[in-house]
Amino acid sequence: MAKLPADIPEIVRQFGPTLNRVPAGGWVASEEEDRMVKTHCCFCGQQCGIQLRVRNNKVVGWEPWEDFPFNLGKLCPKGVKRYMQDEHPDRLKHPLQRVQGKGFEPISWDAALSRVVSQIRRIQQTYGNDAFAVLTGASLTNEKAYLMGKFARVALRTANIDYNGRLCMVSAGAASKKVFGIDRSANPWSDIPKAKVILVAGGNIAECAPITTDYLWQARENGGKLIILDPRLTPIARNADLYIPVRSGGDIGIFNGMLHVMIERGWIDRDFIAQHTIGFEQVAETVKKYTPEYAAQIAGVPAAMIVRAAEMWGPARTSFLLHARGIEHHSKGVDNCIAAINLVVATGRIGHEGCGYAMITGQGNGQGAREQGQKCDQLPGSRDIANPEHRKYIAGIWGVPEESIPAKGLSAVPLIEAIHDGKIKGLLSICFNPTVSLPDANHVRAALEKLEFYVNIEFFLSETARYADVVLAGSLMEEDEGTTTSVEGRVIRHRKVVSPPADAREDWKIVCEIARRLGHGDKFNYASPRDIFEELRAASRGGVSDYYGITWERIENEYGIFWPCPEIGHPGTPRLYEGGKFGHPDGKAHFIPIEWRPSAEMPDDDYPIILTTGRVVSHFLSGTQTRRIGGLVDQYSQPLCEMHPRLAEKLGVQDGDFVRVESRRGAVVVRAQVVKTIRPDTVFIPYHWPLDRSANNLTVRAIDPVSNIPEFKICAVRVSKAEEPTDVIAQLEVQAGGIR
Amino acid sequence: MSERAFYIDYSRCIGCQSCVQACAECDTHRGVSMIHLETIQRSESVQTAPQVCMHCEDPICARVCPADAIKKTPDGVVQSSLKPRCIGCSNCVLACPFGVPKYQVDIDQMMKCDMCYDRTSVDKKPMCATVCPSGALTFATAEEIQRTRRGIAINSWKFGSEEVTTKVFVIVPREVERVNVELVQIAATPAALPPDPYDVALMLEAAK
Repeated sequence: MAKLPADIPEIVRQFGPTLNRVPAGGWVASEEEDRMVKTHCCFCGQQCGIQLRVRNNKVVGWEPWEDFPFNLGKLCPKGVKRYMQDEHPDRLKHPLQRVQGKGFEPISWDAALSRVVSQIRRIQQTYGNDAFAVLTGASLTNEKAYLMGKFARVALRTANIDYNGRLCMVSAGAASKKVFGIDRSANPWSDIPKAKVILVAGGNIAECAPITTDYLWQARENGGKLIILDPRLTPIARNADLYIPVRSGGDIGIFNGMLHVMIERGWIDRDFIAQHTIGFEQVAETVKKYTPEYAAQIAGVPAAMIVRAAEMWGPARTSFLLHARGIEHHSKGVDNCIAAINLVVATGRIGHEGCGYAMITGQGNGQGAREQGQKCDQLPGSRDIANPEHRKYIAGIWGVPEESIPAKGLSAVPLIEAIHDGKIKGLLSICFNPTVSLPDANHVRAALEKLEFYVNIEFFLSETARYADVVLAGSLMEEDEGTTTSVEGRVIRHRKVVSPPADAREDWKIVCEIARRLGHGDKFNYASPRDIFEELRAASRGGVSDYYGITWERIENEYGIFWPCPEIGHPGTPRLYEGGKFGHPDGKAHFIPIEWRPSAEMPDDDYPIILTTGRVVSHFLSGTQTRRIGGLVDQYSQPLCEMHPRLAEKLGVQDGDFVRVESRRGAVVVRAQVVKTIRPDTVFIPYHWPLDRSANNLTVRAIDPVSNIPEFKICAVRVSKAEEPTDVIAQLEVQAGGIR
Repeated sequence: MSERAFYIDYSRCIGCQSCVQACAECDTHRGVSMIHLETIQRSESVQTAPQVCMHCEDPICARVCPADAIKKTPDGVVQSSLKPRCIGCSNCVLACPFGVPKYQVDIDQMMKCDMCYDRTSVDKKPMCATVCPSGALTFATAEEIQRTRRGIAINSWKFGSEEVTTKVFVIVPREVERVNVELVQIAATPAALPPDPYDVALMLEAAK
C-alpha cells in the first residue's frame, strides 16, 4: 500500500516532530543522578566520548567525558542536547500499523511480525527474492550493520540491500581503495597538529565535524598553514592562510593545477614515487595541460590562488589532506578524491608522523557500517561479494552454501528507481529517511507510494516512515549496546544506558525475530550484541578491515582499538602505510590520472544559478532526531537560502525575503539570507528539512559511475522573490516543514 | 583554588554555540544561557565572539549597583545578583563594558556568568570551556597556554578613558599589550575602513 494514511498535518499532530525542551523529571540538581554511563555521541563520525546521566532509569542529562582521548570532553551543540531525544513525547513505544484515513494504530508485536513475515513471503514467492529490498543506515552499530547484511543474504536471500552511507562515504572509500587498497582514513587525528600544511577540500569542519576544529587550530599554533577549498567562506575558512572559493564541481582544476605547478618546480618526491608507487607518468602526462590558467577556468578562481596553494603544499616538510562531502557528493566524486589524493602520494608525505590524509566520515558509524557487509556489493570484513574466495569464506562463517549468497544488488538510488519502476515491490528499512535525504525527493515519495508492502524499524516516525504499512518500534543508540568505528578507524564501544521504553525493542532483537519467523532462527540465534560481535570478528578475519584481535574488554581498557587488528594481542594500527607499504597486493600506491568533466547539470539560461547543499551545526542529516530537540531547532529553525548581495541585487531580493528556488525537478520556498561569504554564482540551502522545505526537492538524481554517490553538491536552479506561503504545509511548525 | 584561569581566543571561535547550549543546561539557570555568543555581522562575515563574564578586579557592575547586590568571592569571581537585594534596576546591565549582565524579566533579577562556581570550586573546568570544540574558550594553567598558543594572554583593557583589569584573559597577537576599545563611527568614515576581507566576490576579482 505504502501511501500516506492521513493528511500530513494529521500525522504531524499524532507523531510530531514536536520539541523537547526540558529534561525528564524537570531541572534537578545535577549531582542527584543514580548513575553516570560513559559512552559516545550517537550523531556524527567523530563519535565523541560523553557521559549520560541516569535517574530512575531515565536519561536526564550528561556530563563531559574528559578522559576520552579524541575529544577530551569537547562536544558540539548536538552532542550537548542529544539526551533530549530520550523520554521524548514523539517516541514510538509500540508497533504500529497503517489505518487508511486515520493514521497509525498500535498493534501487538505478534500481529505486526506475522504481517511482516507473510508479506515478505508473498512478495518473494510472487515476484522473486530480489523483489523485496532492504535499506539500512550508517548510524547503526557494527553489530547491527553486520546483522542487516546477513539478514538480507541469509534470511531474505535478496541481492537488494544498500545503506545510506551511499550518500556519505562511498566516493571517499572507493578512491582510497583504488589508490591505496584500503578504505580508511590513513592517520589518527593526533597527526593533524604536526602537519606544516593542511588542505581541507570540501569540508565545513566547523559545522559538520566541529571537534576537528581544535586539531586544525593546534596545527596553526605550531606554525602550520591552512588551505581551505569551499564555495562558501565557512567559519574555518575565515582564519585560513589561503581560502580558495572554488566553483562547485571545479575541484579537479585546483588539484591538477597544483600538481602541474609542483612537477614544474620539482616539489615531488621522485624517490618515493619510484619505490612505492605505480602510474605516476600517466598522471604527469595528464596534468601537463592543467596550467594554472587552464585549471583556473575549470575551478572558477584566479590562477594565482592555485599557484599559491602549490607553493604552500609543494615544498612543505609535513602535510595532511582532509576531504569531505564537498568534493565527494558529485557525479565525479571518486575522481575528485583521487585527484586530491594524488597530491599526497606525489609528495610521498604519507605513513609518517604528521604526514597523511583522512576522509572526514560523516555518520556515526560511517566507517564501520561500510565494512560489515550491508553494502550492495560487499560482504563482512570489507570483502567483495563478487569474489569467489570471499564468498566461500563468509558462506563458511554463516553456515550456508556459497551459491545461496546472492550476487551484487542495486545501490540506494537505483534501488529507489527500481521501486518506482515496479521491479521491487517490498521494502524493509531501518535508520534511513530517504524522503528527506535522497536527491529528487518528489521521485522518492512517488516511488514509496508504489510499494506493495513497506515495513520500517524506527524510534521516531520519520517522514519516510509515514509511508509504511507497519512500523516496528526500535531502539535509540543509548538503548542498546555495541561498537562503532570512528572517523579515525578506532573501534569504540557504546554502552547500554537505559532499556527501550514500553513495548519498543532493541533493533537486533526485532531483526532476529523476523529471521526466526522466516525459518532461519538457527542462523540468528544470538543472545546479545556481543554474540554478534564475536561472529563479526571471525567474519572479518583475514579481510581488509580485520577486527579479529579486538575484544570489548580491550576497547574499554585502551580507549578503542584501530583496525586492522588481526590477532589477539595485536596493538591495532593507528597509522596505515608506514614504511611506504600500501594495501594493494603489490604493496604500492596506484596513481590514477584524472581528467575534469562537467557536472551532470550545469547552469544554463533557464536555470542560471548553481545550487549547493549541506548541513548546519545544530542539525544532523535528515533531522529525524535533531528537529525534535528545542535548543537545536531554536539555534537554526528553518532552511535559509544563502546568496551573495550581488546576486540578491540582481534578483531584487533582500535579506529575509521569501524566495522560490526551482529546478527541473521541484521547488522550495524559503527565506533568503544575504551574505558576502558565498560565491555570487552559487546559492546554498541546508537539507535537514522535509516536504516543501526540502533542498532535495531540487537536487539532481545523477550518481557517480563508480561509487553511486548522488550529486548533492551541484545542480542548476532559478531563484525569484516570492510571497509568504500560506498553505497547510507552510503553516506547520518549522521543524515539521513549515515556514515563518 | 586551582591555578587554572579562563582564556578566550576570539580568533578560534566557529560560532557553533556549544557553549550557549551547554551553559543553558545548568540546573541553577535551567534552560537559560549565561554566556553570550555574538554574531558580529553575518551579512559581512562568519565571525562570532563568545562573551563570558570577565570578572573584573574592580567590577563596574558592583560599583554601580544601588542595592549592593553584586558580590565578589575571595578568589575573584563576580557573582550573579543576590536575589534578596536585587531591585532589577539594570544599572549593571547598562554599565558593564562587556555587555554581560542581563536582567531576567521573569524572575525580576540580574543574572550573569559566575564562571560555573559550582564546578570551579571543586576543581572542575567551567562547562563552556570544557565543551568548546574550537578551544576559543579554555580553562588552563598559564604554562599550558604559553606552550600551546602563538599569541599571548592579556587581561588589561581600556574603554575610552576607563581602564579595566579582568580575571579572564584574552589571547591576542604578541605585540598587543592592552585591548583598547574606541568608539568608531563606521558609517561616517567608509574611507578609513580596510577593504572588505570576507567578500568572496572581491576575492575572486582581486587576484585576476
